[in-house]
Amino acid sequence: MTLSVRVIPCLDVDNGRVVKGVNFLNLTDAGDPVELARTYDAAGADELIFLDITASSSDRSTTYEIVSRTAEQVFIPLTVGGGVRTVDDVDRLLRAGADKVGINTAAIARPEFLTEAAGRFGSQCIVLSVDARRTQGEQNTASGFEVTTHGGRVGTGIDAVQWAARGAELGAGEILLNSMDADGTKDGFDTELIRLVRAVVSVPVIASGGAGSVGDFPPAVHAGADAVLAASVFHFGEITIPQVKGALAQAGYPIRSIDGV
Amino acid sequence: MTSPAVVLFDYGSGNLHSARRALERAGARVEVTSDRERAVNADGLVVPGVGAFAACMAGLSGAEGPWIIDQRLSGGRPVLGICVGMQVLFERGVEHDVDTAGCDQWPGVVDKLTAAVLPHMGWNTVDAPKDSRLFQGIADERFYFVHSYAARTWELDSFSGPTQDPLITWATHGEPFVAAVENGPLVATQFHPEKSGEAGTALLRNWLTMLG
Repeated sequence: MTLSVRVIPCLDVDNGRVVKGVNFLNLTDAGDPVELARTYDAAGADELIFLDITASSSDRSTTYEIVSRTAEQVFIPLTVGGGVRTVDDVDRLLRAGADKVGINTAAIARPEFLTEAAGRFGSQCIVLSVDARRTQGEQNTASGFEVTTHGGRVGTGIDAVQWAARGAELGAGEILLNSMDADGTKDGFDTELIRLVRAVVSVPVIASGGAGSVGDFPPAVHAGADAVLAASVFHFGEITIPQVKGALAQAGYPIRSIDGV
Repeated sequence: MTSPAVVLFDYGSGNLHSARRALERAGARVEVTSDRERAVNADGLVVPGVGAFAACMAGLSGAEGPWIIDQRLSGGRPVLGICVGMQVLFERGVEHDVDTAGCDQWPGVVDKLTAAVLPHMGWNTVDAPKDSRLFQGIADERFYFVHSYAARTWELDSFSGPTQDPLITWATHGEPFVAAVENGPLVATQFHPEKSGEAGTALLRNWLTMLG
């Protein structure tokens, strides 16, 4: 294994501003996604994800602008997701400077969207984002996990593991696997979910949801994740990217180290 | 020394935004264009490319890319291919059973890697020859790859005569593949230097020093 495990911070962006409390020292403007992106780049982030949570699609122009400004200043890959519904949306984000585009709800409504987007732009830039949660009782799916929408509030009854496999077959080049049960708990990643999805897809899997301490990251990789994502623990400075990489390296996984960190 | 003038070839493929800025950061004056004369005459020509081999080759041909590359190389003027912009320099590419003719600057075929996880996506190490100019000072760094297809063999072994042998840099994902080629004025990388942070900028800077 020579490919390094990617460590990816995720920023929630609303109308061009970073939301959900970023608490970094020494930033002139902690709400500016571009400045945060530069900070994470300097700290050794291997990739960045912007999740656009702007409510109205008519306000997306600010998103394209910050994607464009970020791509001009940050020389690591940038994925942008949130509200991507059409091939035109994908096109505009890629033209603005995104390297990959995350697709979630729109693919649940119309799975062939993944095929159309991958056919036009290549699988390498299409990320299927899966918000999964455990099912109970009569709602059980075969894997015990279902796909949710609306930030985990609405269940779809679709088996999350089968959906990830189907998404990869339809053209997604990567799976962003978010455990809605683990999200926000800081109790660690849902390694069972990761293991189940890893077993059925051959595209890279990004594990997301639940990171609370540096010790949480190696088990996610052990379960089969190619990349690990976290948000608030990075934003609040509770964990640094070099610390995560240190823990991964200690567990025997290859990481990308950069000068000084 | 004035900064070298580089044309970033705009034929409808690639993240031109990042490539332009990374080249500028490395010290180039960059023009993004598909203008034939400008592309032939610039100090350096960068051919980007993402997506499918066939689509890139169609776009490149539509902009007279293969002719422009030939013109430049016949005059010894540098060309840098990136990602699929490297792949199309080979004789042909095979994706999903579609066999597409490439620019045929090098013999050999670009086809699917054999690996447990594809695309090969992320930061990988490379094995550069010690006399590489492209990797001077950065041979131990990681570079950002994203691709499922690659040249898994290098078929042009050596030249007879005065021309220097091409320098081949290898990387491994499931199996070895060609990560970069330095072949006189024709240079190419399978990875994305414009997405490879400081190491990528240093590589572009090394390439710019080869222009003049």
